[in-house]
Amino acid sequence: MEPDNHKKNIVVIGGGPAGIEASRTLDAMGHTVFLIEKADRLGGHLARWDRLFPYGTQASEVLSGMTSSMGSVKWFTGTQITQLNRLEHGYNIILSNGLTVLADALLITTGFSLFPASKKEEYGYGIYDRVITNADLEDWFSGISVPAIDNPHRIGFVHCVGSRDEKVGNRYCSKVCCATAVKQACEIKQKFPDAVVYCFYMDLRMFGRGYEDMYLEAQKKYGVIFVRGRVSEVSEDKNGHLFVKAEDTLAGKPLRVTLDLLVLMAGMSHNRDTDSIARTLALSTMEDGFLKPKDSLTDGQASYCPGVFYAGACTGPKTIPETVAEAKAAAISINEYLRDND
Amino acid sequence: MIDFGYGISPSSAINLDRFDRTDFETLCREEPDVLKCMACGSCAASCPTAGHSDMNLRKVILLLGRGREDEALGMLSHCMFCGKCLLVCPRGINTRHLILSIIKTYQK
Repeated sequence: MEPDNHKKNIVVIGGGPAGIEASRTLDAMGHTVFLIEKADRLGGHLARWDRLFPYGTQASEVLSGMTSSMGSVKWFTGTQITQLNRLEHGYNIILSNGLTVLADALLITTGFSLFPASKKEEYGYGIYDRVITNADLEDWFSGISVPAIDNPHRIGFVHCVGSRDEKVGNRYCSKVCCATAVKQACEIKQKFPDAVVYCFYMDLRMFGRGYEDMYLEAQKKYGVIFVRGRVSEVSEDKNGHLFVKAEDTLAGKPLRVTLDLLVLMAGMSHNRDTDSIARTLALSTMEDGFLKPKDSLTDGQASYCPGVFYAGACTGPKTIPETVAEAKAAAISINEYLRDND
Repeated sequence: MIDFGYGISPSSAINLDRFDRTDFETLCREEPDVLKCMACGSCAASCPTAGHSDMNLRKVILLLGRGREDEALGMLSHCMFCGKCLLVCPRGINTRHLILSIIKTYQK
């Protein structure tokens, strides 16, 4: 068999960290890669974040590091898939920019959607002015004005908003919010050293390398106060301050506190834009809407559909390093698939 | 927070708005390791007084951080300074020294 007797086309759907990393890896392997992103810029949620746990790395540096070596990847922003057809071998994809691609393999890297925090009405997002989300706080850290943040003295973080919550259809743990809350609690203490900062958590899931150190630093260096108990309701007084009720489950007592700012740690929901692709290709999804890989233990990048692969948070909540590792793994899986089907 | 209505017994709720943090902050300066507690309960499980008193160092630390000094100091009065909690603390808090610092800080 002649190596590289004909170049293979691969379409990568979603230009977040998974899509970017997989695209440049596949490009380096000698394939022709088309990267499709619906937003006006590459980067996905990473492009909205300021700094990353556990070491406070600038998200923009991580992103520019990845996008600076895209090789000959053909990437299109502000572009959607208008038609997707399965052929006998491969897929025919028509894009909103008029381009038609015959793809030998398809990589889905559509990621997640941030849980819409206003669904948890009892926390008052979209109702009370001083209730914001983790993403809003990242905006503020990046220098975007957030009117709710007006020299707060008492700040609360609510973990697990839209996670571990069957009533909103998300029974799973979103995995990254605990570490994000601890990171953001430390960062806001850097900005407002005199503020009292509370984290309302159910469990602190500090599973990753360096996360426990970050938690210890939040406690010892920044004096962040961790209250084990889920916030039950938030109300607003006549001055716009927030009155928060929770149970301090470690003390076994109800707890009340008035705050100037409440940050909701919105979790990861499945990306609804993936649903139409899943329907068209008859891909398996799990009951929470995330895509179901063929074998989550040893072949997490393969789908039940030949030539269709997954990487990143489209199959469930993931951290950045996990996403990047999956993207590289997907590139290898696709390379093997193309070689075996040549 | 505005209190309204009336009751026949005082509320058991923790009201952080009424918590004067001065003494606790003094304690944190004196004994910064108090902030390292992750409420695992090893100290309480190993405490020889636990079977016949309400002594629970995990709760003492928590209650001091919630403005419940009286309750915390009441528990602490049963401590025999044996130091078993010091041996088991996974965060390496010098609990015996911490208890002495608490007494020093809150002795009025």
